[in-house]
Amino acid sequence: MSLFDHLVIFPVLIPFIVAVVLLFPSLNNSLNKQRVVSITANILMIVVAFSLLFKVQEQGIQVYALGDWSAPFGIVLVADLFSVLLVCLSAILGLAVTLYASAGEDKIGAFFHSLIMFQLMGINGAFLTGDAFNLFVFFEVLLIASYSLMIHGGGKQKTQANIHYVFLNLIGSSLFLFALGTLYGTLGTLNFADMADKVPLLSDNELLIAKSGALLLLAVFGLKAAMLPVHFWLPKAYSSTSTSVAALFAIMTKVGVYSIWRVHGAIFGDQAGELANIALPWLWPIALLTIAAGTIAVLASKSLKVLCSNLVIVSVGTLLVTISLNTVQAASAGIYYLIHSTIACAAMFLLAGLIQQQRGQAEDRFVAARAMPQAGVLGFIFALLAIALIGMPPLSGFVGKALILQSVTDASQAMWVYPFILLGGLVAIIALSRAGTSLFWRSNGENTSAIKGHPMQYIAIGLLVAILPLMVIFGGTVTDYTQLAAEQLKTGLSLQQLNEVAK
Amino acid sequence: MELVYAICVGFMSACGIFLMLRGHTFTLVIGLTLLSYAVNLFLFASGGLTIGAPAVLNSSENYADPLPQALVLTAIVIGFAMTAFAVILAMRGRADLGSDHVDGTEPFDPLSEEKS
Repeated sequence: MSLFDHLVIFPVLIPFIVAVVLLFPSLNNSLNKQRVVSITANILMIVVAFSLLFKVQEQGIQVYALGDWSAPFGIVLVADLFSVLLVCLSAILGLAVTLYASAGEDKIGAFFHSLIMFQLMGINGAFLTGDAFNLFVFFEVLLIASYSLMIHGGGKQKTQANIHYVFLNLIGSSLFLFALGTLYGTLGTLNFADMADKVPLLSDNELLIAKSGALLLLAVFGLKAAMLPVHFWLPKAYSSTSTSVAALFAIMTKVGVYSIWRVHGAIFGDQAGELANIALPWLWPIALLTIAAGTIAVLASKSLKVLCSNLVIVSVGTLLVTISLNTVQAASAGIYYLIHSTIACAAMFLLAGLIQQQRGQAEDRFVAARAMPQAGVLGFIFALLAIALIGMPPLSGFVGKALILQSVTDASQAMWVYPFILLGGLVAIIALSRAGTSLFWRSNGENTSAIKGHPMQYIAIGLLVAILPLMVIFGGTVTDYTQLAAEQLKTGLSLQQLNEVAK
Repeated sequence: MELVYAICVGFMSACGIFLMLRGHTFTLVIGLTLLSYAVNLFLFASGGLTIGAPAVLNSSENYADPLPQALVLTAIVIGFAMTAFAVILAMRGRADLGSDHVDGTEPFDPLSEEKS
C-alpha cells in the first residue's frame, strides 16, 4: 500500500499531529515558529484536500476502513464528492483564518494555533466520517476546540456569550446521544450505509421509535446549524468572539446543515420506505421562518459583526430550503450556495475585524466616527462582499440564488420560496447599504491614532474574496461538480458497495 | 427489570431537565451531570439488557451486545471532560460577571420588589 492509499485520513491526521506538535516546548515558546508551522500545515492541508478531490473525481467514492476492520463492525471514513468539497472549503478557510490571526490576534491568549488545528480536525472528521457515533465524537472534538477558541483572550463579553454557547451545546450533545441510542436500539447499527439499508426493513412497532430518534437528531443538528427556534445563541456568540474565530465559525453552522443533508436527506430520504422524508414536513416551514427571522434581525443589527452573524442565519435558512425541496437540482444549487455563503460570510467577518481595528472606540458599530486611515481599500472590499452577500450580479451570490430559484419547479413551492428569498435579498441591500454609508461616509475628522491593517490580514481577505469571482468564471465546472455531488448524495452507497470499495 | 431500568433513566432525565431549566450555572452543571448519567444508562441499554452473559463472541452461547458498552465508554469520557470544562466556565463566569445567573445579571423580579 502506498501513502496515496491513505489519503482519506490525512485531512484528520495532519491537523491532529500538527496541533500536538505545536504544544511541544521549542514551538510552544515562540509565536513566530508556531505561525510558520501552522501556515505550512494549512497549505499542506489544501494540497491534500485538493488531491483527494481529484482522486474522488477520477476513481469515485473513496472508503477508508480504519484499522482495516470492515463496516459495519469497524469505523469507516467515506470521501464522496460532497464531503471532499467541504474538506477543501475548510482547508481554504483554515489558511485564511490562520493568516489573519498571525497578524497579531493570536497573541491575546495561549495555544491559539493548536486550538485552530484541533477545530479543523473536528470539522474535517465530521465531513468525512461514515458512522453516526463517530460523527458525534468529531462533533465533540470541534465543539470543545470551539469552546476554548470562543473565549480565547478572555473578557466579560466573551465569557457571557460563551456560557450560553457551551451549555446549549452540552445539552445538544446529550440529546445527540439519546437519539443515537434510540436509533441503535431499533436499527442495530450506526454505520450510515448500513442504516440506509435497514431503515426500510423496520417492523411496525419499531417505526415510531426510529422516527422519534431521527427527529431528535434533526433538533440536535438544527441547534448546531442555528435553525429557527434554536438560533438565538448565534448572533451574540459570533459577534463577541475574536475576528478570526468568528470567520472560522462561518463553517460550523454548515457542519450542522451537512449532517441534516447526510442523515435526513440520504438515510431517511426517498428510499426509506415508511420513514421516507420524515424531516421534510418540519424542515419546510422552519427553513422559511429561519430566513424571515434572520432577515428581520439583519435590519435590527447595530454593528457589522452582528449584521454578518444574522446573514449567516439567513444563509442557513436558504440552505434548509434547498434541503426541503428534496430534488437533485435543488441539492446541487444548495451545495453551490453553501460554498459561496461560507466564504462570503467569513470574508465579511475578517473585514469587520479590520474596520473595528481602524475605527478605534467606535469599533464596528454603525455610528459616526473618525474616518478610517485605509477607508478606500476597505470600502472597495466591503462593496464587493456586500454585492456577493446580497446576491447581485456579477458575483457568486447571484449565481447561487439564481440556481436555487431555478430549482423550484412546483408552483405551490415557488409561491413560498420566491418571496422569502427575494425579500431577504432586498432587505440585505437596505441593511448593507445603510451599514456601508454609516461606516465609510458618516465620518468626522481624520483618525490618526488607529492602527493600519497588516498585509497578512489583507492577504487573508484577498484569498477569500478572490474565490467569489472565480466561482462565477468557472461556474460551469463548479455546477457540473455540484450536480454530480448531489446525485451521489441522493443515491448513496449500500453496505455491500461500501465494503467492496474499501477493498 | 426493563421497567425498573426505564423508570430510573426517565426519572434521572426528568430531574436533570428540571435542574437545567433553572437559570443558574450551578444548577445547570448539576442538571447536565444528571442528564449525562441518564444518557449513559440509556445508551448502555440500547443493545438490549442481558444478564449473566459476557460481551464476547464465541465464548458462550449467550452474549451481550458489545457495541453499546464501547459507545457508553466513549460517551462517559467525553461527558466527563465536557462537565469539567463547564464547571471551570461557570466559575469563570461567576468571577467575571459577578453573578452566577446564565445571563450575567439577575432578571428583574417584580414580586420581590413589592415585598421589600
